[in-house]
Amino acid sequence: MPTTFPSDASSRPATSDQPLLTPIKRRSFFMYAGATAGATALVLAGCSKSDSSPGTTDVGSGDFGVLNYAYALEQLEAAFYAQVLAGSYFTNLPAGSAEKQIFTDLALHEKIHADFLKTALGTNAIKALTPDFSSITFSDRLSVLNAAQAFEDLGVQAYNGAGRYITSADYLTLAGKIVSVEARHAALIRDLISYNSFVGPVTGATVTSNAVIDPSLTSATARMEQSKSPTVVLATANMFLAPGSKLTANSFM
Amino acid sequence: MNFLNIINQLAEVDADVLDRLDSRRAVFSSLGTVAKRSAMAATPMLIASMFQKAYAGTNAGDPVEIFNYALTLELLENDFYNKVKASAFYTAAPAASQAAITQISKHEAAHVALLQKVITGIGGTPVTNVTFKASTFATLTSFAAQLQVAQLLEDTGVRAYKGRATDLQGIGDVTITGVGTINPLESALRIHSVEARHAAHIRIMRAQTPWISGSGDLDGADNYKGATPESNFTQAGYNLTTAGVITPGVTYSATDVAAAFDEILTKAEVTTLVTPLIGA
Repeated sequence: MPTTFPSDASSRPATSDQPLLTPIKRRSFFMYAGATAGATALVLAGCSKSDSSPGTTDVGSGDFGVLNYAYALEQLEAAFYAQVLAGSYFTNLPAGSAEKQIFTDLALHEKIHADFLKTALGTNAIKALTPDFSSITFSDRLSVLNAAQAFEDLGVQAYNGAGRYITSADYLTLAGKIVSVEARHAALIRDLISYNSFVGPVTGATVTSNAVIDPSLTSATARMEQSKSPTVVLATANMFLAPGSKLTANSFM
Repeated sequence: MNFLNIINQLAEVDADVLDRLDSRRAVFSSLGTVAKRSAMAATPMLIASMFQKAYAGTNAGDPVEIFNYALTLELLENDFYNKVKASAFYTAAPAASQAAITQISKHEAAHVALLQKVITGIGGTPVTNVTFKASTFATLTSFAAQLQVAQLLEDTGVRAYKGRATDLQGIGDVTITGVGTINPLESALRIHSVEARHAAHIRIMRAQTPWISGSGDLDGADNYKGATPESNFTQAGYNLTTAGVITPGVTYSATDVAAAFDEILTKAEVTTLVTPLIGA
């Protein structure tokens, strides 16, 4: 039986009438502790609308804010691949070719991600966004691949950077289930552009840029994937969203 | 809200709560200060956030144990790739394949070094002596056979990191001497996605789909099973193969749904999978 997301500690109304004397199990205490934070989050949610610039959509606060942020990026990816499938680069690919199958699959995965998040968020979901892909030439293989790489890398970096804002264990696991598939997509697209560049531009066997993976062997982020804050991610994402659909994430600054 | 009353009531139902808060304080340098401040000021928000730190995740994990778990897997992968690089099959492999293995091997070595520093930095002792059993490695009598194991190790690694993410939830930034300041969950996620890229590339080298669709030649292995198998098509209570359940008028195949989501492995499941591979 489909349900909406299990109720979420950070958006649960404060249960001030819950007697403190009742023996508290570990799990239920966690919910209780979340109640105060939830009350604060609700206040912030109330603020965020008026804080938004005109014509922008704020993803909101709390766990639903993070999930809406994910939903927004998945919408963008799904819309992109839908347009790829309609463009002449894709339609001119020979039937049965690897790239035809790959883009068919990528389009399906991203549509599933986007529509799943929308359905699960229910009335908490942000609106359907209108993309602006005018900078992408859908008849040109390299233009399509470069854009796909940008979207997939951005998606991974976004999930990596936003995971820490999620308070529900279920939602964090859910984000984890999606982000590694995005990383698989990103690796594939990079390999299509330049074989062996699955973790970033390479010369021989050495990553030469920290575009994807920090090439340092000693820093705090040695050989780790990049992680980007919502502010940085949305600055890029907004370049592909039409006026009226641009995003902010004011609660995750 | 009486802070001490809450502590006392918690201690009644969970006798180790004070220990938990205390041992974690050593780890999370910021938490100690926050806890003291909130005890004095009794600021509800800070109390709430402190308890969320202590109880976040499903198991309120011990970071040393979690990082040692990750280190065990990274050591195993690292030693495996070192053995690959030392083998005649690798030497005979195409240059591009060698480059990919070298690249992946460097990452695993860096992950090992980083995890060792982090574990030491938070007062733990890094696990040692985790090597890929030589007698098992000797049974891999071709580069293709080595790549099969590489795929299983990488895909298992992705599932393993994913399975422990919630145990790192809510833990504050940690400053590690010689490393810098890290957020443990973020660091784990950033290694997790690199492992996924490795898995994808190894699968591509093996002419498999980079994602786990169930139709791959190894997708029936135990590494893809578990309490939540990779073939799972139900997410957050939705059977995503039901007609129109998420997209009006569209029915997704079980293959496409399963491929769109990776799944976790529990620590027990991972232990069962990798223990036979570890040895001298």
